[in-house]
Amino acid sequence: MASNSSGGGSSDRQGIAQQRLRIIAGHLRGPVDGDSTILAAECKAQGSNTDVSSEGKTVPRRRQEIMKWNGWGYSDSRFLFNKKGQAEFTGKRYRLSGMIIPGLKDWFEGTFGANLQHKTPPTPLLTNTAVPPATLNEAFVEEVKSTGIPFSHDAEDRVFRAHGHCLHEIFALREGKIGRVPDMVVWPSCHNDVVKIVQLACKHNVCLMPYGGGTSVSSALECPPEETRSIVSLDTSQMNRILWIDEKNLTAHVEAGIVGQDLERLLNESGYCTGHEPDSMEFSSLGGWVATRASGMKKNIYGNIEDLVVHIKMVTPQGVIEKSCQGPRMSTGPDIHHFIMGSEGTLGVVTEVTMKIRPMPEYQKYGSVVFPNFEQGVACLREVAKQRCAPASIRLMDNEQFKFGHALKPQVSSIFTSFLDGLKKFYITKFKGFDPNHLCVATLLFEGNREKVLQHEKQVYDIAAKFGGLAAGEDNGQRGYMLTFVIAYLRDLGMDYYVIGESFETSVPWDRVLDICRNVKARIIRECKDKGVQFPPLSTCRVTQTYDAGACVYFYFAFNYRGLSDPVHVYEQVEHAAREEILANGGSLSHHHGVGKLRKEWMRDTISNVGMGMLKSVKDYVDPNNIFGNRNLL
Amino acid sequence: SVLLYYPMLKKRDDFEDILEERRTSSDLRYALRCYTPVLYKGVTPCKTSVLKSMVLQSDQLHYVINQVSKESGRAADDVREEASAILEEMAHSLQLSTVRFFAFMLSKVFKTLFRSICVNEEGIQRLQQAIQEHPVVLLPSHRSYMDFLLMSYILYTYDVALPVIAAGMDFMGMKFVGEMLRMSGAFFIRRSFGGDKLYWSVFSEYVKTMLKNGYAPVEFFLEGTRSRTSKSLTPKLGLLNIVMDPFLKGEVFDVNVVPVSISYERILEESLYARELLGVPKPKESTSGLFKARKVLSEDYGSIHVYFGQPVSVRSLAEGRVNRCQFNLVPRHIPRRPSEEIQSFVNDSAYRLVRAQEENMVLKPWVLLASLLLQNHHQNRAAGQKPGMALDELTTQAVWLRDVSRQYGAFLHWPGTVRVQSRFYEHVFNVSLCVIAGEQGGPGDPRSTVTPEEELLSQAVVVLSCASYRNQMLHVFVRPALLASAIHIASSNQKQEVFNSFSFLRNMFSSEFILCPGATVQDFEEACYLLVKTGVLQVTQQEVLVTERGHRTLAFLTSMLDPFLQGYQVVCRFLCEEDTETLTEKQFIPAVRKVSLCFSVLSSDLQKNALAALQRLGAVRKIKGYVGFHHPCVPGWLD
Repeated sequence: MASNSSGGGSSDRQGIAQQRLRIIAGHLRGPVDGDSTILAAECKAQGSNTDVSSEGKTVPRRRQEIMKWNGWGYSDSRFLFNKKGQAEFTGKRYRLSGMIIPGLKDWFEGTFGANLQHKTPPTPLLTNTAVPPATLNEAFVEEVKSTGIPFSHDAEDRVFRAHGHCLHEIFALREGKIGRVPDMVVWPSCHNDVVKIVQLACKHNVCLMPYGGGTSVSSALECPPEETRSIVSLDTSQMNRILWIDEKNLTAHVEAGIVGQDLERLLNESGYCTGHEPDSMEFSSLGGWVATRASGMKKNIYGNIEDLVVHIKMVTPQGVIEKSCQGPRMSTGPDIHHFIMGSEGTLGVVTEVTMKIRPMPEYQKYGSVVFPNFEQGVACLREVAKQRCAPASIRLMDNEQFKFGHALKPQVSSIFTSFLDGLKKFYITKFKGFDPNHLCVATLLFEGNREKVLQHEKQVYDIAAKFGGLAAGEDNGQRGYMLTFVIAYLRDLGMDYYVIGESFETSVPWDRVLDICRNVKARIIRECKDKGVQFPPLSTCRVTQTYDAGACVYFYFAFNYRGLSDPVHVYEQVEHAAREEILANGGSLSHHHGVGKLRKEWMRDTISNVGMGMLKSVKDYVDPNNIFGNRNLL
Repeated sequence: SVLLYYPMLKKRDDFEDILEERRTSSDLRYALRCYTPVLYKGVTPCKTSVLKSMVLQSDQLHYVINQVSKESGRAADDVREEASAILEEMAHSLQLSTVRFFAFMLSKVFKTLFRSICVNEEGIQRLQQAIQEHPVVLLPSHRSYMDFLLMSYILYTYDVALPVIAAGMDFMGMKFVGEMLRMSGAFFIRRSFGGDKLYWSVFSEYVKTMLKNGYAPVEFFLEGTRSRTSKSLTPKLGLLNIVMDPFLKGEVFDVNVVPVSISYERILEESLYARELLGVPKPKESTSGLFKARKVLSEDYGSIHVYFGQPVSVRSLAEGRVNRCQFNLVPRHIPRRPSEEIQSFVNDSAYRLVRAQEENMVLKPWVLLASLLLQNHHQNRAAGQKPGMALDELTTQAVWLRDVSRQYGAFLHWPGTVRVQSRFYEHVFNVSLCVIAGEQGGPGDPRSTVTPEEELLSQAVVVLSCASYRNQMLHVFVRPALLASAIHIASSNQKQEVFNSFSFLRNMFSSEFILCPGATVQDFEEACYLLVKTGVLQVTQQEVLVTERGHRTLAFLTSMLDPFLQGYQVVCRFLCEEDTETLTEKQFIPAVRKVSLCFSVLSSDLQKNALAALQRLGAVRKIKGYVGFHHPCVPGWLD
């Protein structure tokens, strides 16, 4: 059950087969530019005997074959309200796929004041005329062509790589509005391809923007409008092989373009996993994780990306940077990995990474605890962190999210389950006296060997009981985690009906957690009112990670924008205010989303003038001509 | 009576007399009625014992107890005992039964003393709303001991949550009454506890705990003490700092501060204050004193207007002013001296809030009459003329002044016609006539054995009582008056010259009137705006010109400041002529009194303010209780 994107065994295999077919078809069709179909034979030959991965990679060069151009995820998977007005989730990929979600309509209409009659459908097709023509650097193109590395300047390919998943980016796409996009896309297949591309880029002074999984939520992929050079998107998605697995040291050497779900699946085939599971793991790439300092849901066991990485290879305009050995820890001055991690594509392209791996867990168990209120829940998480007994994952949702999660319960198959649900509800609200408008729920995931998991589980539930927590079953827990993967799809549904929203995160010391949650939520509500939003917004949060000294907090915020002339601007103002509030309450600028261009304005205050100077001087040395010109971070 | 509002001014709410119903229905039933106020976010009220243990267990107190224990070498338990004792001495123990008792008693007393108690109900509604959404701080003006009983009485009447009130320890001296007040929501703080870390910590934690949790609105007097002169006093910042702290540290989303303006037609302590200002010592608060004072029950004190102002959000005050990130790097429970940024923010806010109180103070006609009579008195004395002015002249001038004050934003309560229609009115006239005629003895002072000193004293009492009426309207005119005087003194009508004089005067008078430090330019602009708007001045880029019809207003405005200027002059002259280089502060006040023939300078308030001003201007130096002065620095034009 490590991979959440697929169902049972047989359909799994079937799915992979279908996917393989699709990919092969994709290869056959190739990009529009005929010349670029020649693969870099050199790479494949070099890698083929050591490549431990089987086939079945998720991401084709032409992303449009399987993914939406103006929304989240796979083309075949989306929420919709059917003719009966019931919500359903299409496709076959997820546990929720093909199911009816009876509670969603009422929740949706009730929470946002939305109405199924009032639709805001997106522009159905991408019109090529809307895409600005490519400004190509002919000399560069010629030389790339001679290397045999595939490239394209097809409008669709370029548009796909011009955005991440910020609200304003998706909103613009749905309206068919396209701004500055890369002029060309290249698909290196290996480290050496990247070296060649970077050399050529330096030689011809073109701007390179690395592109991994495209799941950025920091405007990191937006092309700087002031950039006058030709912008080339360097798509790492075809550098997706596991080059070797070292079972003695429990490490794997992997190309940086591999996406999370492939990495896990392929390692699973050898009985291993990295355990790194960010919410975006279906689409986000290893290189992207390194470049943004990503964090995974199960970091309590496996660590965040900085704990997982043993060795990094990055191609910069000054050459390749890497360490000479794979020692587990070194005292050799400041760790150069920390210049690379979080550099957000401003210094170079991460091409290969050696990562720690672990044997696949023997046993996994979900769980959930209901607390009478959020305060008690936070106190419990704090205690768990203090005793350093956090399960693989522990997350605390506030009351609004609890209700939201409830609304997403699929239609129950039997009267018996619905009877049980009713009984549970009665027990918690009537017998235990929990106020349904205050209670909140923590979801848990335990991992390890069976005996230890059960022991661990008891320990955590005992702590929870001290804070008034009641165990609320595995189902609730599992559903909580499943929602992580579908919630991004839900935003697209909202956008069909005048509702826009986003999530953003921070990290904060323990003593500030309750204050920041209260104040930021209140600030969002206040700002919406002040900015003329006609309906009360959804303003909710959850604590998603615990640390010794603090926690990671996620805020979700959405509102019905009927009656507003410039909803995106209003949205941005509110998000800006919310970030100000986070910082004023001792929260960080970002826990794992990164800075990009969206949060750049706060960098100086965050890391001090000297800190900025340090980072700038690194940039000036490594990339004096700003070849990696995405202008993130600094 | 009808309220007239000048159309160009901000809209103010209407008043409702709450005594009207008291006069027609049972006080007992009123005192026993169902009282169910709504609290912040619907929290349930908290028992005092629970509150106390929350305070004692707080991180902040814990930290300070350990710190004190380490520094003093005392056992932590010992220090904790002390903290607990401080809290015992301090904490309120609000009881509804006591409140009901007061509700009953005060109904009786108020009906005897006052004609009406007028309250703006819209203000009450705003307050009600604010209490539900945010922790609320009530900031009433402070002119009388009556203030906080009156506040609680009104809130009880309107079913609004009863506040806990910061009261000075002096009340504790009154056995029984002190406890009664405690049970009606007062908590007691020592007047000074400068260096006592533990005391400060218990106190601030106590206030913050009540505020943060929204158990009750917190009420205190920004001016720190009752104003004896009816002028607002320079705000004290300690408690305001404490109540703003939970917002600044992010412990609550916002705090709402509600300025309340309580205007008495006649203050109960009126003649007491005048005597106090003249150096007849303030009687110690005692229960027996209170009973002796019951003779006031036989007099008429007119009506009271209580205006609940617009709730002020501390969050909006701090917006763009305070960088709240400054608390990110040290645990919030460790007490720290507020940064300069925060000190200046709290200070500016305090001035703003005092001005908000002043703005909604209701002015009665006699305030205008008192001003005119005093001016007349002053001018006649100066010119050596026979004192007095004809009644119809006074009436015409009063009507003129009424219109002018409205233009300057005064909140006037003006009956349909100015007629002598009540005992009260007669009283004011008596007082005034005494001033005019220079007669001995005020109305409440029928003694006839007269030594020259006693005669002077009783005259001074009358003048100072009258001045306290005039002072009620000072806030309306103070900036224009400073500008008028500045124009008067300035050597040319160059704008810069005028500004320099304005700035000097403003600086000199900044302890005398509510003038926020550092806001000279804003004040100058405000004064220019008002005088231009009312057609008194023409202000160009370079020059400040008086218009033809502006002279009368300008003359009025300058003479409004005259008594103060003269008072300061006397102080300066005294200091220059005094032989010794240094004298103690205690000697200073009676010494000045001896040399002075000007009544206003007899007021200890003015003397203290003048001294503070001279100190600020560098003319006088304070050496541990001694006043040292440099003759050359005393500004020449004051002589």
